[in-house]
Amino acid sequence: MDKFTTHTGVGVPLKRSNVDTDQIIPAVYLKRVTRTGFEDGLFAAWRNDPDFVLNNPVYAGGSVLVAGPDFGTGSSREHAVWALQNYGFQAVISSRFADIFRGNSGKAGLLAAQVDEKVVQRLWDWLEDNPGGEITVDLESRTVRAGVGEGAVEDSFDIDDYTRWRLLEGLDDIGITLSHDADITSFEAGRPSWKPVTA
Amino acid sequence: MGKTLSEKVWDEHVVRSAPGEPDLLFIDLHLLHEVTSPQAFDGLRLANRSVRRPDLTLATEDHNVPTLDWDKPIADPVSRTQVETLRKNCADFGVRLHPLGDVEQGIVHVVGPQLGLTQPGMTIVCGDSHTSTHGAFGAIAFGIGTSEVEHVLATQTLTQARPKTMAVTVNGSLPDGVTAKDLVLTLITHTGTGGGQGYIVEYRGQAIEELSMEGRMTVCNMSIEWGAKAGLIAPDQTTFDYIEGKPEAPRGADWDAAVAHWKTLRTDDDAVFDKEIELDASTMTPFVTWGTNPGQGAPLGATVPSPDDFDEPNDKVATEKALQYMGLEAGTPLREVKVDTVFVGSCTNGRIEDLRLAASILEGRTVAADTRLLVVPGSVRVRLQAEAEGLDKVFIASGAEWRGAGCSMCLGMNPDQLAPGERSASTSNRNFEGRQGKGGRTHLVSVPVAAATAVRGTLSSPADLPALAG
Ligand code: SF4
Repeated sequence: MDKFTTHTGVGVPLKRSNVDTDQIIPAVYLKRVTRTGFEDGLFAAWRNDPDFVLNNPVYAGGSVLVAGPDFGTGSSREHAVWALQNYGFQAVISSRFADIFRGNSGKAGLLAAQVDEKVVQRLWDWLEDNPGGEITVDLESRTVRAGVGEGAVEDSFDIDDYTRWRLLEGLDDIGITLSHDADITSFEAGRPSWKPVTA
Repeated sequence: MGKTLSEKVWDEHVVRSAPGEPDLLFIDLHLLHEVTSPQAFDGLRLANRSVRRPDLTLATEDHNVPTLDWDKPIADPVSRTQVETLRKNCADFGVRLHPLGDVEQGIVHVVGPQLGLTQPGMTIVCGDSHTSTHGAFGAIAFGIGTSEVEHVLATQTLTQARPKTMAVTVNGSLPDGVTAKDLVLTLITHTGTGGGQGYIVEYRGQAIEELSMEGRMTVCNMSIEWGAKAGLIAPDQTTFDYIEGKPEAPRGADWDAAVAHWKTLRTDDDAVFDKEIELDASTMTPFVTWGTNPGQGAPLGATVPSPDDFDEPNDKVATEKALQYMGLEAGTPLREVKVDTVFVGSCTNGRIEDLRLAASILEGRTVAADTRLLVVPGSVRVRLQAEAEGLDKVFIASGAEWRGAGCSMCLGMNPDQLAPGERSASTSNRNFEGRQGKGGRTHLVSVPVAAATAVRGTLSSPADLPALAG
């Protein structure tokens, strides 16, 4: 996994709340058996609408999504994170993320930056005044920034320390856990014999 | 201070904990299906890793298997690729698989309990958000993403931050004809889809204790629909009776040891929950959704709400969008909403008790002329049991389609889909836009409401049906 320290890229306002994972990537796109190529399914139902934000050339190459509250609710599909990443998004900013989505993001290297609802609104306002403008998500200082001078936005975002550390170090989950192999082995030795097995 | 049930189960599974870090949790049972596992196995191969505990892992095919012609090769090439990939992965890594055509095949959350693999006090995960179903047995069970699937395959553990605890106490008894599904739909409308975020929820109280295991599974199944990490119910005699004698249940001295332990799995009297909610079951009625998330529901006797009924601007907008998508007008009595397709099935309501209930209402009645009723058993065992009891004949005589086991129209990955604009009454758990097919409109309902709706052709409860002669 690549290290994530800071990222600056075109901000994309997604002015909807409760964007569930069926919206991010509908089930019909989940049939692939690889980890790539999910970008064409991203927000598929909305992409037919010429007014949908991703169809606006101004936001081509967008990499920082600014979304309404309760982003990523619904199904646990990690394809939602891959679809966002395959499309080119590196960070999502919202005032509230669904737990599974937040977990999936951290593990795949997509930054889920939780900010106050007012900050989302200010970023939307700023993007309205500066369409195609770039937003910086600085993981080291836990801040989001957009613009300079009057109307500029700068605020902190929340992310738990552990996820932040892993993203900063670009650490792979399984490798970390396998360094505790002895602990797992001794736990296994103490499990009651009546626990069910499938084999 | 005492511990809550979920804290007890959690603590029994901590392999390693360190300050400021999530716990490393041992996983007792890892369930797999064809949709969320291929990339995980892909990852193992890339890193040259193996499955640590194939003996704690079980796979089945459910999400996109056909429910017609299931003995023939799968027609859809992509579905076939996923299923074949699962078969190859299970063979390569030594994982037990119940494929299409096998007597133990079915929806992963129906299969675990019916094999007796789902037991109290376990940690159970699956790359599927309705894994919470297994919480009905007093297990901590939750859905995980594909990277986590890979992590569990490789290590049989997960790193997890300890969730907060919540108690949902449902006092009183459910009135006749009101089911576990109505209970949980009422709860979700009460809390909203985000109300459970960050919590493991314990459902308790008289109404919960009075539920069958099937009903408890229905409630726990929908925990995720109001955002909860997991939902669970303390095991009791109902639980033990259900498990006893199942193929993978402990036997003899093991059974006694297991039950002795399971009896300790109760929230201590002096334990404190981070949050508590109380509901009264005795006032509940048949409940249906009118919108595009499971929190947009109302009693069947109500009318379609108007955006003006809501104070929050977000709710107003969401209601307006939902009504537009659903093609509904505010003020219309829900009982007058005409339904094209009724779906009885899914991991929420596709177990034998659900099919018995549906058949008891459909017996001697016929499905409305321009309504289609699809009955899809949750597993092959459920199908065979239903056929042994003659339920299939009741369904077919009423004009319903009797299908093979799988997720089917719950998510429309197989050919069982709604057409654009088509309206369904569905016993499943999600009414998101397009969930059952692009442009499809879903009303979530209980089994009795589904059956009565199929007969009348509009959203109905059995009380709306004319009594049968004789
Ligand atoms: S029946 Fe529906 S909710 Fe249940 S596992 Fe299948 S797709 Fe998921």
